Amino acid sequence: MNQWNNFLKGFIKENPVFVFVLGMCPTLGTTGSAINGLGMGLATTFVLVLSNVFISLLAKYIPDKVRIPSYIVIIASFVTIVDLLMKAYTNTPGPNGEPSLYDNLGLFIPLIVVNCIVLGRAEAFASKNSVTSSLVDGLGIGLGFAFALTLLGAIREILGSMSVFGWKIAEGFAQLFNPATEYKQGDGMIAFVLAPGAFLALGYLIAFMNIIKKRYAK
Amino acid sequence: MAKKESTFNNMLITLLVVTLTASGSLGFVYQLTKDAIAQAEANKKNLAIKRVVPEFNNKPSEEFFKLPSETPGDTICFYVAKLDSDTVGYAVETYSKNAFGGLLKLLVGFLPDGTINNIAVLEHKETPGLGTKMTEEKFSSQFPGKNPAKFILKVRKDDGEVDAITASTITSRAYCDAVQRGYNSLKQHQNTEKGGEQ
Repeated sequence: MNQWNNFLKGFIKENPVFVFVLGMCPTLGTTGSAINGLGMGLATTFVLVLSNVFISLLAKYIPDKVRIPSYIVIIASFVTIVDLLMKAYTNTPGPNGEPSLYDNLGLFIPLIVVNCIVLGRAEAFASKNSVTSSLVDGLGIGLGFAFALTLLGAIREILGSMSVFGWKIAEGFAQLFNPATEYKQGDGMIAFVLAPGAFLALGYLIAFMNIIKKRYAK
Repeated sequence: MAKKESTFNNMLITLLVVTLTASGSLGFVYQLTKDAIAQAEANKKNLAIKRVVPEFNNKPSEEFFKLPSETPGDTICFYVAKLDSDTVGYAVETYSKNAFGGLLKLLVGFLPDGTINNIAVLEHKETPGLGTKMTEEKFSSQFPGKNPAKFILKVRKDDGEVDAITASTITSRAYCDAVQRGYNSLKQHQNTEKGGEQ
């Protein structure tokens, strides 16, 4: 298989969120802001790449009947490693005491274990393909997942908090034209930060992606 | 090489090797990150203390004591900030269990006379975009400079003087509850200390 296509398929053609609608728990739960979505997506990518590589290496030594428990143990180990690393290195609060990335994602990191994308790729791809293909596949699917989460997070952040990556749009523009301004922006559409907004935004995003895909296919 | 047969021995050995390797590597990573994690936690606490109390030159994160809270079984931690052996403030690690997402932990900085200096949120599980607004200036700036002896720490809905966060009255109530709890413990501590001196 062409490795470049293997990598690219994760973004549009086989995007885990927009096409397979897998991994909905972190997708809906952590995309309140773009940075949280990106952090979650990259943590998942890390786990996905490593578990794919190790499982494709080990698949032929693992008897069929115990493959699922073995895969889960391997995946859980990488998730715990990510959890420990993030606790150590992404746990610095912002200058005004904003919660750190780890505080924001805390609950969802251990839940990567049960993310069906990770086990799904292990079972459907890594256990049947070469190490290189599995590595590229993990990278592609993982970054596709991160791309989807960041996009969804950015849309929800713009609509819900009127900011992108923490940069307040209205305030930012006001200050751009007149640095002395003391304009304080109000609230966005709060519904988009909450669970219903996640479903709404995701639904429209999937519809939009389907339109693009149809045009692209013609 | 052909795929391993699913015999009892093969399965036993595979699972044993996989779990042993996994636990071994986890132990190794834990050892590697243990210090960094402890440091990040301590760093977080120090930054929070620095934000809530006036300038100090001792090490409050090492100079602390614990008092029982009003609720039996719970304790409240006090960090004492000193500038050249004068107590300039107390950072009180207080909490409320009535927040929307359960536990809310605050670090409230009090001046020695009980006036609130500043408040930092340590831990919460509030709704993003709603309850999390408690860290924003609009809400949090209501507290510094107020003394709970005169300032009624309740939201306006409950005949208090605090403007609640829009659509997050429960969080606002819990916030006030936590500050009040910290203040009560501080008063209790100061009373017993005075009693001890006489």
